[in-house]
Amino acid sequence: MLGLNKADLRLFLIVIAMLVFAPILLNPFPDTSGMAQFNAGYPDLMQKLVIFGIFAIGFNILFGLTGYLSFGHAAFLGIGSYTGVWMMKLLTMNVIPALIASVVVAGAVSLLIGYVSLRRSGIYFSILTLAFAQMFYSLAYSVLTPITGGESGLSLSTDDPRIFGVQATDGGNIPVPTVFGLDMSHAVTLDFGAWSFTISTGYYFAAIIMALAFYLAVRIFRSPFGLMLRAVKSNQNRMNYTGLNPRPYTLAAFVISGMYAGLAGGLMVAMDPLAGAERMLWTASGEVVLMTILGGAGTLIGPILGAGLIKYLESIVSTINDSVVHGWFAPLPDWLENTLVTVLHPFIGKGWHLTLGLVFVLVVCFLPGGIVEGGKKLGNLFRRKRSNGDAPTPGTGSTTAEQPGE
Amino acid sequence: MGILEVSGVNKRFGGLQALGDVNLSVAEGSCHAIIGPNGAGKSTLLNCLVGKLIPDSGTVTFDGQSVLGKKPFEINQMGISRVFQTPEIFGDLTVLENTLIPCFAKRDGVFRMHAIESIAHEADLLAQAEGMLEELGMIDKRNMHAASLSRGDKRRLEMAMSLVQNPRLLLLDEPTAGMARADTNNTIDLLKQIKEMRNITMAIIEHDMHVVFSLSDRITVLAQGTPLVEDLPENIKGNPKVREAYLGEAQV
Repeated sequence: MLGLNKADLRLFLIVIAMLVFAPILLNPFPDTSGMAQFNAGYPDLMQKLVIFGIFAIGFNILFGLTGYLSFGHAAFLGIGSYTGVWMMKLLTMNVIPALIASVVVAGAVSLLIGYVSLRRSGIYFSILTLAFAQMFYSLAYSVLTPITGGESGLSLSTDDPRIFGVQATDGGNIPVPTVFGLDMSHAVTLDFGAWSFTISTGYYFAAIIMALAFYLAVRIFRSPFGLMLRAVKSNQNRMNYTGLNPRPYTLAAFVISGMYAGLAGGLMVAMDPLAGAERMLWTASGEVVLMTILGGAGTLIGPILGAGLIKYLESIVSTINDSVVHGWFAPLPDWLENTLVTVLHPFIGKGWHLTLGLVFVLVVCFLPGGIVEGGKKLGNLFRRKRSNGDAPTPGTGSTTAEQPGE
Repeated sequence: MGILEVSGVNKRFGGLQALGDVNLSVAEGSCHAIIGPNGAGKSTLLNCLVGKLIPDSGTVTFDGQSVLGKKPFEINQMGISRVFQTPEIFGDLTVLENTLIPCFAKRDGVFRMHAIESIAHEADLLAQAEGMLEELGMIDKRNMHAASLSRGDKRRLEMAMSLVQNPRLLLLDEPTAGMARADTNNTIDLLKQIKEMRNITMAIIEHDMHVVFSLSDRITVLAQGTPLVEDLPENIKGNPKVREAYLGEAQV
């Protein structure tokens, strides 16, 4: 079905189910309980999870399949954002034209950067992409200020032309992004006893886009083109002597991942029409690398999990401060409570990067295949327990290749 | 007129004349061996044929077309396939995927953006690749990672990857280098099998004379960058010039 094999179809349906039920799944704790701060089911955060998921899915097509490590993909994210805002300033508040333009412009710029950067491989390629991204970041703050808004960022105003829309609402406000008349920020809160779930247009719109982006990625993974990208990673010399030119394959992967980044950038401004240059900073480029590796580079679902974990940690761990921790340990004797708070202090609040860093180090050291490998190991453990005493089935050994991305 | 014509090829690396006025003609359907002691310029010559090096002067034509200045993948598309000294395969991919890639290259050329189609729907090419593996006795290893194969199987796989493209000329670069005696014999048998099954034109670069005697129809002996003799295998063995090149003057 849908041109996917059974395993891929199952994975795709799981992703869709996760997306549909995310507002409920991510809000497991009653609003009144002390655990409510671990709830992630509010539109702002869910949109972030989904948008960075798209960013990471695209990045994985380049890094996971070809092995080319770009350190400049945040530039395409930023370019997508600026393009999106400009479309809303000039044309209409409907986000569809904005998204299309974001993808096209980001694709065009990535073609240019990719063409130059892919003349080198390995660390030199990474450095070239980093240099380009930092160049765009600096330009956005300096000479390109008329286009990017410089330090204050690019935002909408009531003076914008908006040829196919209104300059200002009846109340004199800036109009909000819509999709065919539906207000992006529109949300409904459903209360079930102590639980409350927020259903928002913006999140579900982003979720539909991510489902499409994921589906496309699965098709690419299973296509002859995807096989060639894995060949690029494995042995370029062999490719050359097999009658294949690795360069256009790698460039195509670079452009596709740039377009995914542009789409993510466009979605960001579709949710909140404000673009700033900090989106293009090298740390943002590094973040998508972390997401991909943390989840499992070269796997289908890994980048989504990685993006989810990082954005969750960022939003949740950073809001935990000392007084919250004091609350947790209040029943303990004072000296123990204070010691625990002192120990935890560097890992929470503004120190959430330390937590992220530790998680990353642990994953890279013990699970080089990321969260996906961890899941597989757990799965194997359960299976072995269940079939206790049975002889190992032939063909499940480590020499048997598994399909990539399961 | 052979299918591969090398005439007047010179190649110099700084002060070293690696190839000096090399002339060579490989007849269609034959197995032509190029042997010589270490440093005779065998590998340099091979690299001139596959587009890795460009000779300083002279011409190399394949089926009447010059190969000089062409990229390795363009030369492969002309119908020349190369097997390496140490097997070059896609280690991260499965044996079947390894064999599929050359099929795609042959059908779709150096680049094609087939990003939406599924490999599972390429029945023709899958059958072609599996048939090739069957022929070389590797079909039961089709789902193994290529990197986990034994040395001999890697060689076999590389051969399958070349043959599945139905090349018009197969270039073999020291196919038995560094192999134990048993492996060497296996490889010779494999090459003989291939030669019998398909009437393929082969050019073998080899250091070890024994490997090529039973295989080749014609042998060129290269010494210090120039062809010394070209003759039938049986005439090469006793040739004093060849003995001299291999063993050194003192022992003649």
